[in-house]
Parts: sequence; C-alpha cells; structure tokens
Amino acid sequence: MSKIKSLSDLKKIKEEVQSKMKLRENSDNPEQFVQVKVGMATCGIASGAKDTMKFFIEELELQAVDAVVTQTGCMGYCYAEPTVEVILPGKEPVVFGYVNKNKAEEIIDTYIKKGKLVDGIIPISFKTIDE
Amino acid sequence: MTDYRMHILICGGTGCKASESNEIKEKFNHFISEFDLEDEVQVLFTGCFGFCEKGPIIKVLPDNTFYVSVAAKDIEEIVKEHILKGRPVKRLLYKEPVSGEVISESQDMDFYKKQIRIALRNCGFINPENIEEYISRDGYMALGKCLSEYTPEETTNIIKDSGLRGRGGGGFPTGLKWEITRKVESDQKYVVCNADEGDPGAFMDRSILEGDPHSVIEAMAICGYCIGADTGLVYIRAEYPLAIERLKTAIKQAEEYGLLGDKILGADFNFKIELRYGAGAFVCGEETALIHSMEGLRGEPTVKPPFPSVSGYMEKPTNVNNVETFANIPVIINKGAAWFSKIGTDKSKGTKVFALAGKINNVGLIEVPMGTTLREVIYDIGGGIKDGKEFKAVQTGGPSGGCLTKDFLDTPIDYENLLSAGSMMGSGGMIVMDEDDCMVSIAKFYLEFTLEESCGKCNPCRIGNKRLFEILDKVTEGKGTLEDIDKLKVLSDVIKDTSLCGLGQSSPNPVLSTIANFEDEYLSHVEEGKCPAGQCKSLVRYDILEDVCNGCTLCFRNCPVGAITGERRTPHFIDQSLCIKCGVCYDKCKFNAITVN
Repeated sequence: MSKIKSLSDLKKIKEEVQSKMKLRENSDNPEQFVQVKVGMATCGIASGAKDTMKFFIEELELQAVDAVVTQTGCMGYCYAEPTVEVILPGKEPVVFGYVNKNKAEEIIDTYIKKGKLVDGIIPISFKTIDE
Repeated sequence: MTDYRMHILICGGTGCKASESNEIKEKFNHFISEFDLEDEVQVLFTGCFGFCEKGPIIKVLPDNTFYVSVAAKDIEEIVKEHILKGRPVKRLLYKEPVSGEVISESQDMDFYKKQIRIALRNCGFINPENIEEYISRDGYMALGKCLSEYTPEETTNIIKDSGLRGRGGGGFPTGLKWEITRKVESDQKYVVCNADEGDPGAFMDRSILEGDPHSVIEAMAICGYCIGADTGLVYIRAEYPLAIERLKTAIKQAEEYGLLGDKILGADFNFKIELRYGAGAFVCGEETALIHSMEGLRGEPTVKPPFPSVSGYMEKPTNVNNVETFANIPVIINKGAAWFSKIGTDKSKGTKVFALAGKINNVGLIEVPMGTTLREVIYDIGGGIKDGKEFKAVQTGGPSGGCLTKDFLDTPIDYENLLSAGSMMGSGGMIVMDEDDCMVSIAKFYLEFTLEESCGKCNPCRIGNKRLFEILDKVTEGKGTLEDIDKLKVLSDVIKDTSLCGLGQSSPNPVLSTIANFEDEYLSHVEEGKCPAGQCKSLVRYDILEDVCNGCTLCFRNCPVGAITGERRTPHFIDQSLCIKCGVCYDKCKFNAITVN
C-alpha cells in the first residue's frame, strides 16, 4: 500500500472502497433503493436462479444502479422459475417469471431504469399477512 | 474482484467471543467452502452490537436478518437454509419479551429504536481490523478536513461550539480543555487517551476500541493538530487484550496508509501514537494518577493545580480525554457543531453510551441522546426488570455514583440532573436493582471496591473509607445503632470534603444516596434487626412450616451442610446453628414450605 498523500487521495480511496461497502450501507434502509428478490428455493436454483442472481448483482453494479439484491424462498410460481420480484422505491412489488440472463437484462434496462413494464409479469395471486 | 452478494457479520466483541463466536466463524468458513460460496459470501468479525444479553449475535446482509443466541451447531442450518435458499432460520430470530413477537430486522427491535449511535456508529457495522471499511464510512475525512481547511484554532472552536463534554466522568467541556492546552507554550505536548475503564460492569470504552479503533486514532490526531502535539499515548489496561490487539493493528494500518507519521496528508503535521499499559487500578482513571503511572511511577494522584494541561506527562502540557469523548470528535468535525448541539439537552449535548447491567432483561451496550429518561432506558430499551419483578433502584456512575429510586425514573438523563439527584454521569455504568436487592449491602459492596482500589496516599480516603465499611458491615450484621447511621453521614461528608482526588471525593456517594433514598431499610436493619430484602445473611432465618412440609426430603438432600433433618413423609427441621443461610432449601422446595424471616 502506498501512502495517502493528500485529502483528494483519501477521497479517491473512499470512493473505491465504498462500492464494497454498498451492500452493507444500503441494507439498513432497503426501501429507498431498488430491491430485487430472487426466488432461490430448490426449484429456483435448479432452473438457474443462482446465475440470474449473480447477473443482477454484477449488472446493477456495472450500471451503477443502487440496489439491494436478496434471495427469498419459493414464491409458489414453480412453473415459471427462476422468478424475480422487483420493488422500485415507492411502488408495488412486481414479479417476473422465467428470468434468464436475457430477461434479466431486459428487466434492468426497461423496468428498473426506465420504469416501463416488460412482458412476463406474473399476477400476484395472494396477499402476505405482514404487509 | 467480484462483489460479494452477502455479508455475514459476526460479533467479535469480548462478550460474544467468550461465548462461541470464534467457533461460529470457523463453522461458517467451513460450510461456505463446502457449498462453494466463497466468492459470493463474505464472513467477518465486527465490533460489539450492544445486545450482549443474547450473544453471540450474527447479522446477515443485505437481508438485514438479526440472529441472536447463535451456537456453533446452528451454522450448518443457517448456511443451508438462509444462505443457500433464502429462508431465514426462524427459531434464531429475536423474540420481543413482552409481546412475544418475532422480529427479524434489528431496527424494528425496541432495543434499537430509541438509540442514536454516534460514538458507536461503526460498532457492529465495520470490520475493525480493516482500515478501508473505516475510510468508506468517512473515516479520516475529518482529519483531512482539519488539516486542509481549518486552523487549529478554528478546529478547537468547532469542538467548543458543539458543547461536547468529557465522557469519562467529570463532564468538563472538551473544547475548552483543548483550548487551554493549546495556549500553553511548550516545545513538546502530548495527547493522552484515557482507556483505563475501571467502573465495575462498564465496558463502553472497551467496545469502542474493539469495534472502531480508528475513530479514536483519528480523533487523537485531530486533537494533536489543535493543541500542537506530535505524540499521542493511549493508556489502556492490560486486562483488555482484544482491545489492545485491535488498537495495535489499527495503528499499524494507519501508519502504512500515511494517516499517522510525518507530513500527514501532505500537511505540515506529524503525529504518532504509542500504547502504555496499566495494571488495572481504578485510581489510574484519575488523570494525574494516570500520568504518573505512564511515567513509570506509582499510580497516585497529585494535587491540582498544576493541571495536566499545563504540566502533565513528563511535565509537559498534556491533554487527557476519554475514549468515548474522542469517538465523538470525527463526527462533529464532519457534520458540524450545530448538528451535534441540536442533540441532547440545554447543557449536555450529544449522546451518551451506557452499559446496562444488573436485573434487567436486555443487558448490553446502548447509546441514547442526552435527555432520555431513565424510564425509557430501563423499560423501553432495557426491556424492563428480569422475571417481572419490581424496580427498586438504578445505580449510575459506578462506585462514585449513587442509587436513584423510582421517583427519578422520569428524570431526563444529563450531567446536571444526575448530579442534583445525588448521583452522577460517571463513565456510563448503569446497574439496575430489583426488590430482592438490599441497599445496605449494595453500599457495602461499592465501599469494598473503593477500599480495595484506594491508593492509600491521603488519610480521609484510606482510613475513612475503611471505617465506613466497618460501620456498614456492623449494620448488615444486625449490630448497628441509630448513632451509627449518623456517623455514616458525618464521616461521608468529611471524606468527600477532604480527600485528595476524585476517588475519595466520591467514594461515599453510594452510602449517602442509599441513606437518603432508603433510610427505612437502614432503620429496619438497626431497629428491628431485619433485612427487608432478605439479603443480609446474619439477619436471615430460614424455617420450615410444619403444616406445609410433606417430607419430600428434597431440602434434606440438597442442603450442603447437613443442617436439615427429618424422616420421609414427616415435616423436616432446620438446625439454626448449622445453617449457613445459603437459601438452597428455599429455592428447591416445591411446596413453599420454607419461610425467610
């Protein structure tokens, strides 16, 4: 490690390390960010949910979108795995089915960044008691 | 590198490490490599979360799941269920004791809701052994700002305007202390960090040093810049091995990054930090005694003036501040004096860290704004008294403080209010007592501590406290007289007025405050020979109620001294000459056949 010689050097390092800490900073108030929940039950993982999740994490980071990507259990739409729930700040959750890499790209570009819906939405068929 | 999708924060404070947190970390590493998750999940130790009652604590991010009382055997399940499949392990989540509600995210817990964390801002959030994580949280920005934008005078004024007062006990305005030291002319000055935390049951400073050592290092450098010192010394007790280790690591990292050393951040400012170890004597928390101990002399206080700010370490001007005081400094510089002074009460600004202990549900470390009431601390954050018992008193300020009754529950906590209530802020120990505690015994306990810790230099403290203890002992034996209570009061006043240092000047406080608030308890010891709480062994008598005892023999089998006799299915009998009043029979009896008098 070379020494930090000025305040601007320090700021530069801060920016570099902040991306690594973003996950921790953002998780305290996820409702302010884009939340992506990937269904990661056995059926989801078998259909490639892990790759989908990895893609979301990397792509959102690359495109500098502040987002919290978490996994969740089976949402019950096993026919449409991998399933992904996206919550934009202040909006109702939307669930997408059959999310492979291409679909994920489309979701990021069209829904997350521009707020326009894309095909493949699964109508939510239940209410949860804690919300 | 790829970014981790999940961070697992394991509490690496002394409390949780004493449980199983080392083993837990190993298990996590084991299962995470077994499931090939090394690139996805990062496991790390952080500082104390404060919720020590339910340690070891684990926080899983980004889900923000807060696991309590985790054991090494639970890790496989957490990895398989939560990490792999996103299903939190419900049985390890926190359950609110009153409502029984299961809560998965820490910010929803009553324990955390009323807290504002300034000094503890990074504890339980960053890895204390990684300087970059500290930097990402504005670390060393305050130092950079001071060196490039403010003169030492301007920096000192920010601290003065913020209203920050010393968190070690006295509550002296920090900015003013800096200014006094700054104005003294000398070729050499020192910054000293007082990490000699001595109050029984207090662990605020230890947790800050273990969880966020860089905040103290940064603040010491800022102080050095303000007063014109190039050397900082941390006086820390050798009983804090983990804090020492983390501090050493942090100093080394800061040196490697050029944040300590010569020409820091390109400015004309040099600063280095060294450690000095103490042997854990209570009196060494007093600044003159601390300085003597650092010089290699006996840890005995001397008369002030001269104050350390004029003649301190090696007879050079020295600024001594406590760990928690320092931890506040970088935030004040970054956010401004106005921001800080908005928090708290009229004369006490900011927050205070308290170590909650005793008969309270949520034992742990908390940070609340000044002006929070004792009721909020004890009932809302602390979760109330253990086993639903009645609150009796809360002891603040350690052995130098006093006991406050339920009349003071709605008193907002600040320096002045605690003082006028007959106690003090001290370093922030808060010990809660319930109906089963005998106040005379409590006063005796604290006296025993000061007696042990008195350095012996001045007579009022060395001899006076001994006599106080003897009288208290007499009272708990049931041999006290009304005259003795008066003697306690007079002697206490003399000790307070004539002792050399803060230790003696405050040691009678527990006696005076218990007499003031619980005189009836003293009187029943003296006049009736009874201990209302049933704690004073000489005054307690256990008896078996003949008509209730069914001769189950449970007490007989458990009595450690064989004082209980009796045949099966016939009432038993306690031989008072053999009984040591341990209370085992009382605890064991299932039929309430044993009475305490």
